[in-house]
Parts: sequence; structure tokens; C-alpha cells
Amino acid sequence: MSTTQMTIARGINSGLRAAMEKDPKVLLMGEDIGKLGGVFRVTEGLQKDFGEDRVIDTPLAEAGIVGTAIGMALRGYRPVVEIQFDGFVYPAFDHIISQVAKMRARSLGAVKMPIVIRIPVGGGIGAVEHHSESNEAYFTHTAGLKVVCCANPADAYWMIQQAVETDDPVIFYEPKRRYWDKGEVDTSAAPCGLFESRVVKEGSDLTLLAYGPMVKTCLQAAQVAEEEGKSLEVIDLRTLSPLDLPTLTASVKKTGRVVIVHEAPTFGGLGGEISARLTEDCFYHLEAPVLRVGGYNVPYPPSRLEEDFLPDLDRVLDSVDRSLSY
Amino acid sequence: MTDSQTDRPGDQPDADFPDEPAVPASQQTSRKAADPLAEINARPAQSGGGPDMIQLLTPEGQRVPNDRYDPIIEALTDDELRGFYRDLVLIRRVDTEATALQRQGELGIWASLLGQEAAQVGSGRAMRPQDYAFPSYREHGVAWCRGVDPINLLGLFRGVNHGGWDPNEKNFHLYTIVIGAQALHATGYAMGIQRDGDVGTGDEDRDAAVISYFGDGATSQGDVNEALVFAGVNHAPTVFFCQNNQWAISVPNDKQIPSPIYQRARGFGLPGLRVDGNDVLAVYAVTKTALDNARSGQGPTFLEAFTYRMGAHTTSDDPTKYRISAEVEVWKHRDPIARFTTWLLREGIMDKAFMDQIEAEGDELAASIRERCLNMPDPEPLAMFDHIYVEEHPVIETERAELARYLESFEGAH
Repeated sequence: MSTTQMTIARGINSGLRAAMEKDPKVLLMGEDIGKLGGVFRVTEGLQKDFGEDRVIDTPLAEAGIVGTAIGMALRGYRPVVEIQFDGFVYPAFDHIISQVAKMRARSLGAVKMPIVIRIPVGGGIGAVEHHSESNEAYFTHTAGLKVVCCANPADAYWMIQQAVETDDPVIFYEPKRRYWDKGEVDTSAAPCGLFESRVVKEGSDLTLLAYGPMVKTCLQAAQVAEEEGKSLEVIDLRTLSPLDLPTLTASVKKTGRVVIVHEAPTFGGLGGEISARLTEDCFYHLEAPVLRVGGYNVPYPPSRLEEDFLPDLDRVLDSVDRSLSY
Repeated sequence: MTDSQTDRPGDQPDADFPDEPAVPASQQTSRKAADPLAEINARPAQSGGGPDMIQLLTPEGQRVPNDRYDPIIEALTDDELRGFYRDLVLIRRVDTEATALQRQGELGIWASLLGQEAAQVGSGRAMRPQDYAFPSYREHGVAWCRGVDPINLLGLFRGVNHGGWDPNEKNFHLYTIVIGAQALHATGYAMGIQRDGDVGTGDEDRDAAVISYFGDGATSQGDVNEALVFAGVNHAPTVFFCQNNQWAISVPNDKQIPSPIYQRARGFGLPGLRVDGNDVLAVYAVTKTALDNARSGQGPTFLEAFTYRMGAHTTSDDPTKYRISAEVEVWKHRDPIARFTTWLLREGIMDKAFMDQIEAEGDELAASIRERCLNMPDPEPLAMFDHIYVEEHPVIETERAELARYLESFEGAH
């Protein structure tokens, strides 16, 4: 076991480096990812070491980036695309939904689309409009795509490599406000598979389900609750599509109560799908309705209001109390 | 304000603007034309492709000498020229049969290539085996040239699959229905060729190029314009082949295209040429040159094949609602097969017996396609769960099992 301290951003950077060293067909595409290393410096130093043919500074056109990545994949490459911010993925939406997700089925299995689309996601950084969105539900709703989100440096390091090795297209979300959070990374072995959820804190009274930036919030909530004598289990979903339902249902059957937490607005959000599945699978084990805490159903507000919009410790605990009161 | 700011070019009104409009009067839109015929007559669709259009064979079948392209035509053997004729006739026959199959309810819809045979055969035959074509959904003639069995094209229109052929078998990508999207896929593929080092080696069996097909309407799409940007900055070995058939469903060129399409290429840093899309020799020579250039590392080219959609957009369309038959009559005289036939007969390259032989072959092919179309089975319901992912997926497997159980529950029921 060899562990190193690194941030989430560095974890992804090191993971990408490892993936590129392992497979010469892996290449990176995106805006400003070369000399600058991306606006979050996630690809820092990679162009210098792997050259401009493998770390491609593209023209400023997201449809063009994903559209040409599709062509590269058809030629046998494994492109890793960086979308600069969540709110800028929409120009590429058509290619992701209508081409990347459907190409394999259209060809009756003759071709594959091993493309990773990296998207820094979520708010909390005081940004201007379009830089703080949580749009995962658009992609989890689409068959043909897989969607994952990392929440800590070790997962950042390993999940990006596992995503690159996946023969199916993967939307890879990175919690941008946690980019600089540090943690131990064991670079000798992956902690688990890419499409597995993980219990990050065991508990017996209630299950908190979260992913990406909300995992840390939920861990803090669990700690505060513990001081009040409540034992909360926290699960980091890691995979949003497919869902790792066995792990989720095992926990909910144990605790009988569940609160789902995400930054995205709740209406039509991933929490709704999880809620429906858990209700169906755990109906006789539930002591309370499945509750959700999420962003309000408004466009992402100006940043001076984002603390009121985003779920925080108190809103999570408020829902925990509501669930426990049933 | 500094001096340098006051000296900006834009501060001097009209300094760079010409007195005359850049677009010839014949190609401008006269939105207030009182006489609809006058408006139609002014359209390039009616007036022809203009002096820049490369033509080697007139609609009357006369060879137009051309220093640059004549050597390419002269290098073609009589067998190859007869082969072009065979391609043109057979693919039109396939198209006619498919239209009939749609009318008889065997296909849900069909997108006819009628009138565009020369554009597709000329360009399709200019490709080398290692080149790759990215079609829209009307490139039945290109598919034919690549060796794709026409029956494969019918599956999509019959509704038994969404394409379903292996694109890598003949280097002919799946039909793309989202307008213009394939131009980007082609550009990316060409960028892959560059990274494989398969450009400019001088090895004619190794160097490869890509050609993407789209129509006049697609040139309004962001995807096509982005593809031109990406191809331009990457110097990608690709040819953009725009079949300007004058109509994007019901919308004519003058409501779609602010200036001649081929001229737009210059702004993206690549050469743009207009070729007579109904002249198989010109299309072949010009496309071959562009593909040769791409393979040898000279970068992308934009080609506008000036042609005409003789039929409806698809079998669901009714062109009598938006265009007059006089326009179609003009283009009947520019028919791609008629002019080539005239020339081949006059040159003694083929005779009536050969034509009869091809006609018979066409009838056989059509009969075979009809039979195989009628025998094309509907897919099994559970097939909808196949090939969504490479790896096993729990939702897919759960739902596949659910549908299987549900279907089984009817077994034995009356």
C-alpha cells in the first residue's frame, strides 16, 4: 500500500496521467486544457508531457468537441472530453444524447463509444450564471450513458481511470467546490468498482444518500447528529447511472428511514427516481416516507443567494428530524 | 482615448465595404417580387450554377475541355466509365423500387435520391478502399459504391432497425438523421487518421481521407460550421461534400443560404469549389482531386455539388405545395443519367446491348430487393434491450427479464 496526500483536482490529474501512460489511445480534448491546464488546472502539465496531439486545445465549441470526439472514438481512440463548466454542456447535448448514447444500439453492437465526458458540477463557488448547475438528471434519464460522480481524492484518482477503461460512454462529474479538498490516496489498488456505491459511515437510525459535493455535507450532518444521539448511515452513491440498488436497499432495509440529498432541484431529479425504487423495493421496511433535500425548483440563483438555495448541514438535519418524527 | 483607438478601421465608415453587393443579382433574394415566376427564375436553381461551376459534360452530353481535370477523366478506362453508368442506372432502379415499396406499405418512409445519382456515384467512386464516408440519410448511391448491400439501407426505413450495418466493414458510417451532425464525426475521424500517421506518407494504400455528406439545409447548422472550424485549424484530411439539391424540404436556397455555399469555405480557411452535381465526370474528377489532396496532407476541401432533388424530400412530403413544376422541368433537361448516356453512346464507349444488359440487371436487383424486403423479419421484442451497453447493465437486464416474463404470461392463452 502506497498512500499519497492529494486534492480531488490532483487526483483526477494523476488518474488521467496514469490512464494515458497505460493506453496510447487515450487522449484529452477540451477548451484551455493545454498550456493553461484547464480553468481548474485539472489537466496541468499533461500537454507538456504527452504532446499537443494527445492533449488537444480545441476551438471554443462544445458540440464540436463532443462531435469530433465521436469521430475519434470511431477511429479507435478513447477521448476524455473536458466541458469547462456544467452550464456549458448544453451545446453538446445533441451529440451526447442523439449520438454518443445511441451509436452502439444503432450499429447493433458493431461499434462502441468509449468516451468520457468530464463535467465540473455544482455550486458554492460564488460564480456567475451557468457556472454552478447540477444537470445530472438529463444524463441519468438517457439510456446508453453511464453517469458517475466522485466525492474524494481517492475516488477521483481511481474512478477517472476506471471510467477511461469503460467501453461505454461515461459522464464523469467532478464536484468543483471540493476540487481543493485533500485526502489520502492509495495508488496501489482501486477501492472498488466504478459502478458501486459505498457506505462511508455506518449507522442504524437513518440512511443519508448523497453524491459529489453533498457527501461531505452529509458526513458533517451525521457527526452533528451523533452528538445528539442519532446514528446516521451515509452512503456515497458514486454511480448515478446505473444505480447500485443492492447497496442502497440493504442500508434502507436496515435503518428503515432514508433522506436523499443532492444540489440539483428535486423536481424530476435523481432523488425522485431513487425514492421510487426504494419505496418499491423496501416498502415493508420503511418507517417514514423517503425524503429529499435538494436545490429549489428555480433557475440557479445569483451567487449571493446560493447558500439559501443549496442544501446545507441544517437543511439536511431538518429533514433527518422530519423523518425520525414519523 | 488614445490614438490607436481612434485609428480603428471600423471608425472610418464604409472603408472596407464595396460599392457593389458581393452576391450577384441572380443569386439575391427579391422578397418583394410581385411576380412569383420572376422570383423563381432568378433563383440559381433555375439559372444554373454560374460561371464558377466546374462542368465537364453539358446537359446535352458535350464534353467541356478542362486542363486541370481532363487528365483524370482520360485516365479512366472504358470499363470504369461503363461502371459509372451501371452504378447510376442500378441505384436509380433501387431507389424506384424502394419508393414503390413505401407506397405499398412495406417501408414507413423513403428518402429518394432521384436526381442526385451523379453527385453520389461520382464522389463515391473517387474514394479509395481505406477512405471513410459519413453519410446523411439519402446517400444510397454512395453506399452502393462502397459495396453496402442496398437491403441494409431499407431496414431503417422499414423500422426493423436504426441502421444496423457494421460501418467498419465498408468504411461507410451509419446513416445520420440529425442534420449535419455527421460532419463533426467525419472531422474527428480524420483527426484520428492524422494521429495514426496515415496522412502524407506517400503510400497510396495507407494514406486515408474522410468524406462527409450533407445537404444545403445542413449548412445552416452549427455542426457543419463547427466541423469546418475544427477541420480548418487541424488541417484534417477530410472533404466536405455538400449536395445542394436546392431544397431543404420546402425551403429553397434563397431562404437558407445568404451567399453561394462554396464561397463560404474561404472564411474557414479551406478551398471551396462548386461542381455540377449532375455531371458524374466532373464530380468524380473534382472529388478525386480533393481526396488526393487530403490524403497527401494538404488539408480539407469544401465541395458544393450543384444538383436538384427531383422527387419529394421523403415519401411523406408533397412538393407541389411549395414549388412549381416548371422548375422541375428545367432540371429534367439536366438529368445526370441522360447526359452521360448520350456521351457514352456518342464516344462508342457503350452500346445499346450494354444498356439492355444493365436494365435487365436492374430489374433482377429490384426483384431481389423486393423479395428480401418482404422477408425481412420484425425483430423479437426482447431485441430492444440488445447492444445498449457493452457491459452488463442492471436496469437493462431487469427490464429484459420483466418483458420476457410478461410475454411468457400470454403463452398458451387464446
